[in-house]
Amino acid sequence: MAEIKSVIGTQNKKGQTYTDAWKLLNEAPRTPSFFTGSEVIKEAIRRASCDVMIAYPITPQSEAAALIGELFAEGYVGDYFRGESEFAVMSQCAGAAFGGARVFTTTAGPGTMRAMENFPMWAGARLPIQMIVTCRGINSPLSIQPDTLEIAYLLNTGMLVWHAETAQDFFDWILKGYMVSEEPDVHLPLALCCDGFFVTHTKDVVNLTPADMCLPPYDPYRSPVPCMDMECPPVRMMRDPFVMKSNYISYATHASWQQEIWAAVERSRKHSIHWLNGLIDTENTDADIMIVSSGTAVSQGREAIRMLEDEGVRCGLVKVKTLRPWPEEEIREATKNAKHIFVPEFNVTGWLAKEIRATIPNPHRVHAGPHVCGGMTMPPEIIVSEIKTALGMKTLSLAGRGS
Amino acid sequence: MSKERIQISEALYDIMPSDYQDLVKSATYGKEDRGWKDIGTSKELIEQHSLCAGCPESMAFRYILASLPNPEDTVMVGSTGCTSLVFPMVAVHNIHSLFGNQNAIASGLKRALSVRFPDRVKDVVVLAGDGATVDIGLDMTLQAWFRQEKFTTICFDNELYANTGGQESGLMQKGFVAKMAPVGKLFDKVRLPEIARESGCHYVVNCTVSKPSLVEKVIRNAVHIAREIGPTYLQLYTPCILEIGKNSMEGLQEMRDSEKPAERFAYKEYISEPAKQLLTELAAKDKERKAAAKQLAAQAQAN
Repeated sequence: MAEIKSVIGTQNKKGQTYTDAWKLLNEAPRTPSFFTGSEVIKEAIRRASCDVMIAYPITPQSEAAALIGELFAEGYVGDYFRGESEFAVMSQCAGAAFGGARVFTTTAGPGTMRAMENFPMWAGARLPIQMIVTCRGINSPLSIQPDTLEIAYLLNTGMLVWHAETAQDFFDWILKGYMVSEEPDVHLPLALCCDGFFVTHTKDVVNLTPADMCLPPYDPYRSPVPCMDMECPPVRMMRDPFVMKSNYISYATHASWQQEIWAAVERSRKHSIHWLNGLIDTENTDADIMIVSSGTAVSQGREAIRMLEDEGVRCGLVKVKTLRPWPEEEIREATKNAKHIFVPEFNVTGWLAKEIRATIPNPHRVHAGPHVCGGMTMPPEIIVSEIKTALGMKTLSLAGRGS
Repeated sequence: MSKERIQISEALYDIMPSDYQDLVKSATYGKEDRGWKDIGTSKELIEQHSLCAGCPESMAFRYILASLPNPEDTVMVGSTGCTSLVFPMVAVHNIHSLFGNQNAIASGLKRALSVRFPDRVKDVVVLAGDGATVDIGLDMTLQAWFRQEKFTTICFDNELYANTGGQESGLMQKGFVAKMAPVGKLFDKVRLPEIARESGCHYVVNCTVSKPSLVEKVIRNAVHIAREIGPTYLQLYTPCILEIGKNSMEGLQEMRDSEKPAERFAYKEYISEPAKQLLTELAAKDKERKAAAKQLAAQAQAN
């Protein structure tokens, strides 16, 4: 058997040093940099040892996809091209991942929906593709504004789904995402979501790891299914396809495989806890009132908590980092003392509140809201107002407040 | 991959699947002159199949697999349909993902293999029906050609959606009465070979699979040209005898009838100038190789 050599400490063709991922993300020096979310995506991919990136323009992710094109021109990405539609792009990503490449792509809103048939296929084929979803409105009439409704559609595809709050989350989670999704007992695609524009088009101080250090390359032979490169000797897989043998065998085969995909989502839990330092972050979990949220609604919730403190109302916070795997136990524990649970969301249906209601005892405690949709911003004042109204406290309407 | 990499450990020989033992013992892997004539004398990449008795597609499958110049390093991409019933029984890596996206899958695959194996030849061959290639997947078929992706696209043209019971397809003949074409198809058969040429394919052939030597030649040409120059396209008539009301023994005659000079599958071939040059060079090398082998054999006999 050929000798297996570690690449850690060696250099790639750009002179970056392959660095142990834990050391890169937890011990390497960090430099504060003032970047937009899109630029941060580029910086993460610069350090991600990506083999193939496939792009298609759709607002608000176009800039990130274009910036990664610049990385390809500079030689940091193995191959890069523009596909003909989101459906095609996700299929091209699948082909590249089948061939053993570390693959990255981005999409948004209606593009996510157009590509949707691919996502359960990715998960079913155990392809650890990473896709950034910069959420925007998906419904008619046309909107390009941020709205997280599309996440609801991703939740049951078998993909891992994480929801970043800030550009710093984005930088770290893109790199950590590959480490989780490429684990042999996981090996699933990751949809790393953020609220479009709020994260992609605003500038923030982000602490970046050194540009001359990068993740170790992907090893496709750690996959639980064969890599389609003819390097592992193939055999005829079966005498007859399942469906030709009997319907029963077909049902049993596909049913067991579907259960295996969801078992793999569950197995990602321990890796996600390791890399993300828990599936949720919490503050003041002894408070009677809790705000539970994901994405930038968490930031608005934090500000609402500060405003409520000024009025003598103590309030806690749960930031949900991973939607798949779903942090059921963590949310139950963090909200066990809460009499009221508020779930601010940037979408009309309140999918996160529904998930939480299905998770915790006494779900009548959950107040699904406030909701903003169609791309509206969520002033912390409306979270404060929602909470005070529920508590029977006097609150001024935004118009009446005169601000 | 090479034949050296599929040796079986002696200790495990008796517990390996018989297919695998046969593949190692008798496959044509590593044999430069492999071809359809090896069928029956050497273990092939497909032995049995689950298609209907007398199905021309099953003939096409055997000829194609026997003619691949480099099966040791060839990955095939299929699509939903009768082809997806055979692929599980084919001993090359093959991908079936969704319906119609086969050329997009192949684009990503070929590029990934080029990034991972820059100094090795890894061929990609797409094989799908006319519904996947010309209807639902047409955009991705054409765009792969526009981008000059270096793989071969083979369309098994049976002029209808056979696997779902004989509905109208874009490659169906005008006037043919089919399910979903209750008064006959209203528009002409899509002229994909011509579109392929205009879209940048360097080698385009339209024919039936009635003649195995011809299939062998066009497959080898298509794969070699795709490897070196750019996209190639083969449109092979593989009638669904079930859906056009023929018996098991009538598939071959149906193809022969359809390839007469005035018929829609009369042999048509387009070769771009760079592809012609490549084929000439390959033929010269082949001649040289065979002459050297002959000389070597003669010397050995003399000694």
